[in-house]
Amino acid sequence: MIRRDELTTAVRAGLRQSRIELRLTLTTVSDLMNYLVPTVLFLGAMIFMRGHKVPGTTFSLGSVSLPSVLGTGIALTGVLTLGLKLAEERMDGTLLRAKAVPHGMLGYLVGKITLVSAASMIGFVLTLVPGLYLLPGVSMNTPAAWLTLLWVVALGLLASLPIGAVIGSIFSEPSWTGIITLPMGGLIAISGTFYPITHFPAWLRDIAQVFPLYWTGLGMRSAMLPDRLAAVEIGGSWRHLATLGVLGAWAVLGLALAPSVLRRMARKESGSNMELRRAKAIARAH
Amino acid sequence: MTVLKQVGAPAATAAVPRGDVAIEVDDLRMRYGSTDVLTGVNFTAHRGEVIALLGPNGAGKTTTIEILEGFRMRSAGHVSVLGVDPAHGDERWRARLGIVLQSWRDHGKWHVRELLDYLGSYYTCYSDDRIQRPWRTDELIDAVGLTEHAHKRIRRLSGGQRRRLDVAIGIVGRPELLFLDEPTAGFDPEARRDFHDLVHQLSDIDETTILLTTHDLDEADKLADRIMILGGGRVIANGSPDALALRMSSEAEVRWSRDGQRFVHGTTDATTFVRELFGQYGSDIADLEVRRASLEDTYMALVREFESGVAG
Repeated sequence: MIRRDELTTAVRAGLRQSRIELRLTLTTVSDLMNYLVPTVLFLGAMIFMRGHKVPGTTFSLGSVSLPSVLGTGIALTGVLTLGLKLAEERMDGTLLRAKAVPHGMLGYLVGKITLVSAASMIGFVLTLVPGLYLLPGVSMNTPAAWLTLLWVVALGLLASLPIGAVIGSIFSEPSWTGIITLPMGGLIAISGTFYPITHFPAWLRDIAQVFPLYWTGLGMRSAMLPDRLAAVEIGGSWRHLATLGVLGAWAVLGLALAPSVLRRMARKESGSNMELRRAKAIARAH
Repeated sequence: MTVLKQVGAPAATAAVPRGDVAIEVDDLRMRYGSTDVLTGVNFTAHRGEVIALLGPNGAGKTTTIEILEGFRMRSAGHVSVLGVDPAHGDERWRARLGIVLQSWRDHGKWHVRELLDYLGSYYTCYSDDRIQRPWRTDELIDAVGLTEHAHKRIRRLSGGQRRRLDVAIGIVGRPELLFLDEPTAGFDPEARRDFHDLVHQLSDIDETTILLTTHDLDEADKLADRIMILGGGRVIANGSPDALALRMSSEAEVRWSRDGQRFVHGTTDATTFVRELFGQYGSDIADLEVRRASLEDTYMALVREFESGVAG
């Protein structure tokens, strides 16, 4: 259906879009703040919790939080950043612009996914590097640890980006962030990010284990923490196979679902629909 | 204002088919729920023709254009755009179209040149033996008069500059058919004149077919080979600006002065009246002016006539 040169042209344009937008982001103060503020806050919180121990161990609670926060960050940016970007750029006409250009939608998606992945990685590294120096007990000293980190990050992004794409396609206005961040916050709270999940009631644990958020955190903990810390996890193990299974299932489901949802959304985009949404948004603001 | 503008036969200036057909619309209908927005639109546009689509708000202009752009599915009727049904147009077809919507606020952080260069890059594999795509970025920026703003962030552009950028984006792929939805909103007179020059260049030199909507009748008069007026979901008038004006100009206004006094007279036969006037007073007549209905008068009359027809 699509010619080879058409495909490479669009993919190349998409990568160029992500390069430009990444550069723009890194030279815009407010965007930089979006990276730095949460990093500083999280690191501050972890250092503050450094003296507290994980219940039943002598290990620093702050140190356990580092991998948990990193894992949560991957799933969160995948869903929220991509979703919000899509909703936002449907409002301002970026998507319509893409639709008016040959294979512009393909280029647009390639660009956005690359951009969000890169942005997520920047936040990741900004937290990881100082965290490794400042927090006791966390280490990335073995190739196995790096291997685990790599597949958890890659699979975490694959599992969460399609969810973000679907959410961004369903909700037509950026104002949905309020609706979506609240349950996300709840999910973070019950996913063992700041406190071992084994101390929560069983039904909460069951809910948490449905979503990628818990598993990316668990995966990161398994990469960065000493093996004896697995004792405070569910089943007393890092459960790599289950992590692979759940994240993989989300990735497969998302990748199967997202293209058709995106296509449907894109088909409905038009100038008058955009105007209508904008008029509604303005009316609501008053 | 048309002041004795044409001496020759007006019929000669009416649209003459020029080569291939670019747009063909036959009995186009659109219905949202139980509301009929388009109730049978028919028209044909030839390659290189500039057509202005006029009509009161809600007449179906935007709907028509969106259907032609392939952004909206029609309810019924036959439509062919560059030989393709827009409901099934592929990306190769899309590469031959240029689209300028009413308002766009995207890519505010980007720089002007960067965005044009980037969007142009999507067209690199769609050149053919006739057309080299895309337009070279710097030439394009120059053509729309944005050279000194080429490295500005887009959100820092004024309304008129932003609009010129929108037009530049619309033509970056060297389209064979260009849709312009109120292209000159926010232009100062100079930018407007530059834009008109650009449109003439596109249609005359590159044979680009242009379909534009506007509320500015003066602009339609200057730019369009043909004007179509939509009312109540169908074409209520279709012809060259002069032909349209003539259609309503049964009454002309004759003004003159004699012995320092000014006179005005309305007549259905200005030629006979003026002949008699000169026969009677000869060289005493000064400041003679025969004013036919302007395009604006015609437009207002047509819309009023149509609306009273609907009401009655």
